[in-house]
Amino acid sequence: MKHLFKGLIAATAVASVLVGTTASAEEPRQGGTLKTQLGSNLRTLNSAVQSGIVTGFPGAQLFASPLRYDDSWTPQPYLAESWEVSADGLKVTLNLVKNAVFHDGHPITSSDIAFSVKVIQEAHPFKSMFAPVTSVDTPDDHTAVLNLSHPHPGLMLAMSGQLMSIIPEHIYGDGQDFKTHPRNIEDVVGSGPFKLAEYKNGEHVILERFDDFFIEGRPYLDKIVMRIITDSSARAIAYENGELDFGAFESEPLIINRLKKVDHLTVTPTGYGAIGALDWLAINTTKGPLADKRVRQAIAYAIDKNFIQNALMQGTVQDSNTGIHPDSPFYNADVNTYALDLDKANALLDEAGFPMKGDERFAVTIDYGWPSAKPHVEYVRAALKKVGINVEVRASADFPTWAKRMGTMDFDLSWDAVFNWGDPSIGVHRTYLSSNIAKGVWSNTQGYSNARVDELLDMAGKENDPEKRKALYAEFQSIVNDEVPIYFIQTLPYHTVYSNKVMNAPVNGIWSTSSPLDQVWLKE
Amino acid sequence: MNFLRVTLIRILYAAILLIAVLVLNFSLMHAAPGDVADTIAQAAGGIDAEALEQIRREYGLDQPFLVQLGRYIGNVLQFDLGYSYFYSDKVTNLILSRLPATLLLVISAQLLALVVGVVLGVFSARKPNGILSHFVTFLALFGYSAPVFWTGLLMLVVFSLMVPLFPVAGMRDVTIEGGFFVQALDIAHHLVLPMLTLASIFLALYSRLSRAAMMEVLGSDYVRTAKAKGLSPRQVVYKHALKNALSPVITLAGLQLSAVVSGAVLVETVFSWPGLGTLAFQSILARDTPLILGILFFSALVVIVGNLLTDLALRLVDPRVGGKR
Repeated sequence: MKHLFKGLIAATAVASVLVGTTASAEEPRQGGTLKTQLGSNLRTLNSAVQSGIVTGFPGAQLFASPLRYDDSWTPQPYLAESWEVSADGLKVTLNLVKNAVFHDGHPITSSDIAFSVKVIQEAHPFKSMFAPVTSVDTPDDHTAVLNLSHPHPGLMLAMSGQLMSIIPEHIYGDGQDFKTHPRNIEDVVGSGPFKLAEYKNGEHVILERFDDFFIEGRPYLDKIVMRIITDSSARAIAYENGELDFGAFESEPLIINRLKKVDHLTVTPTGYGAIGALDWLAINTTKGPLADKRVRQAIAYAIDKNFIQNALMQGTVQDSNTGIHPDSPFYNADVNTYALDLDKANALLDEAGFPMKGDERFAVTIDYGWPSAKPHVEYVRAALKKVGINVEVRASADFPTWAKRMGTMDFDLSWDAVFNWGDPSIGVHRTYLSSNIAKGVWSNTQGYSNARVDELLDMAGKENDPEKRKALYAEFQSIVNDEVPIYFIQTLPYHTVYSNKVMNAPVNGIWSTSSPLDQVWLKE
Repeated sequence: MNFLRVTLIRILYAAILLIAVLVLNFSLMHAAPGDVADTIAQAAGGIDAEALEQIRREYGLDQPFLVQLGRYIGNVLQFDLGYSYFYSDKVTNLILSRLPATLLLVISAQLLALVVGVVLGVFSARKPNGILSHFVTFLALFGYSAPVFWTGLLMLVVFSLMVPLFPVAGMRDVTIEGGFFVQALDIAHHLVLPMLTLASIFLALYSRLSRAAMMEVLGSDYVRTAKAKGLSPRQVVYKHALKNALSPVITLAGLQLSAVVSGAVLVETVFSWPGLGTLAFQSILARDTPLILGILFFSALVVIVGNLLTDLALRLVDPRVGGKR
């Protein structure tokens, strides 16, 4: 963790070539076609205007970002060969590699960086990433200077993975709307290791090696065929019979455990830290008994996380007790785990003034937004019944119905899953800031408001000293763990599956398939 | 002349019905809580409040209901089905790109089920208590009552995993290089399992129906007359009886054309078949109103054309249809 921000402070990063992948003793082989999958249909291929893990996979192959990250969360050179942050933290200078060209042969220059920042600011779903960037100076073709209104350490992670796709100004700067630009889905001209050969909606994305990629000798693969297979059982059979070599974001415990037993397959949960997908029980802190911290703590004590993690999820998840993913260097493990304790739960409920009347103290509802969360909420209903809280399960017809309920805080309890997206300032702050209450799905839907938390998050968002920043986030995590606006349960069980002929699979980084596969190669 | 007049009136009714379908569905979509901005947020793995508002503004979702409806119907009347919010493409492009796959699947499954179903039905009607007849009844019951996604998964487990004869998913193997013949063969290879799965439901319908119709016809007066004339059983069954027994089967086949969208959804999902069914399903989940309405519009057209064709076919096989003569 010590070297977390070494690249941020003094950017004398040497162009190390081994980034985020296992060093293999064997010499990588050129050539071959990697057969892989996308678990749902794509909205667009242009990752500068769309986030999400589905667009992220082809997006990170088609478009390069300034930085990439290794598995110790240390930034590494990518499109930027070096970078520096000014002493006051208000200027971030990127020195671009000199030989980089887009897929149509146009050189990638600093004005494309400035243009991409502008597009992302206007059209990307994550506004907080580049909000502090006031302007981008381009003193020469290979130097871009991002001017900030205040220090913004989150910028480093925002410049990696799928979050800062460098797109060509000469294609997208023609005045058409960025989000609906026709070149977002056809004839894509990118900056990354692979170029688009064919995209068919609902069928596949085919990528081919870009011969003039700026890293000599890369990528190793000739072709990547991404087939859109939405049915997880069909994907499982395809891994087994060799129709798929590789796939990420598999999340069904039954399938994960079945594939683990297949000889030629490796199934692993590593490499998802920056995606940071957390699974939790959201609590509306403004409603009736739930407004009392002791009631929320009692709920936490009454729910047996062990049962959820081991019986329902069959051991495919990681324990998680704060709003930050346990793989993140900012994770604070020194918090209450709320191990099952019914006596304590009952005592807290009595103390809060909700005595048992007959066999009930009070009643609440619980929501869920997708079918796989149903067993969880059914379990919560059974668990809370034991301490006298009657829970009524409310199903939603579909995702938007649930999203509307959440976004307008029309719920008591709800199962929820929220992604960190790299830096806490991108995917964590939004859930706790009192300025972001009830602003649609995945805002602060808990109605949580704590002046110290607001202050801590504001300070941490602007603190360039890594140790101080870590301390601020640690205190923030202690508070939300204690006040339980959310009962943190676990990580989502994302797993990567690959056959034993796939070398350097992207499982040792932090961005999973939202990072370039330029080092992946296939054994004969 | 009569046929032409009836057809024109039907087209007029169809047009009115079509607009009504669009207005009704638009209203239903609007009444449901949440909108496409939420599903875009879902695909994005989160979204900032500002970006959420931006999407609603850009797609006019913040406008009053009647304004949105008027705008949409106005565009449809100009034959513009609009732009899919979710898939960033024109609705017509999306539908036309998915249509061939569905037509191939549904038509091939229908033909297979029709031919095999009628043959089985006729055979079993000739000996209603024979072994074949019982077998057909069993097959029909099984095919009709087994959930189609289960049949599909079973097919996958048996013929893709245990005996790996057929591919798991998709319509083609993009790694195969070759000319038209090679590609066609590859598509046919991918088609087998989804076609058999889909045909299993239709097969049940057709075999039961043709068996019943055939038995009824075989008991009718004119068949007895034909027999009395001394015609061979073969001639009686295939030349005289079958033609009449076919008319309910053809009616049913025509009605089943609506399955272009509905019936194929599950099969397409299980086999990742890139057709209209999965697109319809996904667009509903995504609350992508222009795309849903576009598909509805299109499938309504298919049904109308299908019904007209059914009428025509019935006139050819059954002179009683069509009245005046």
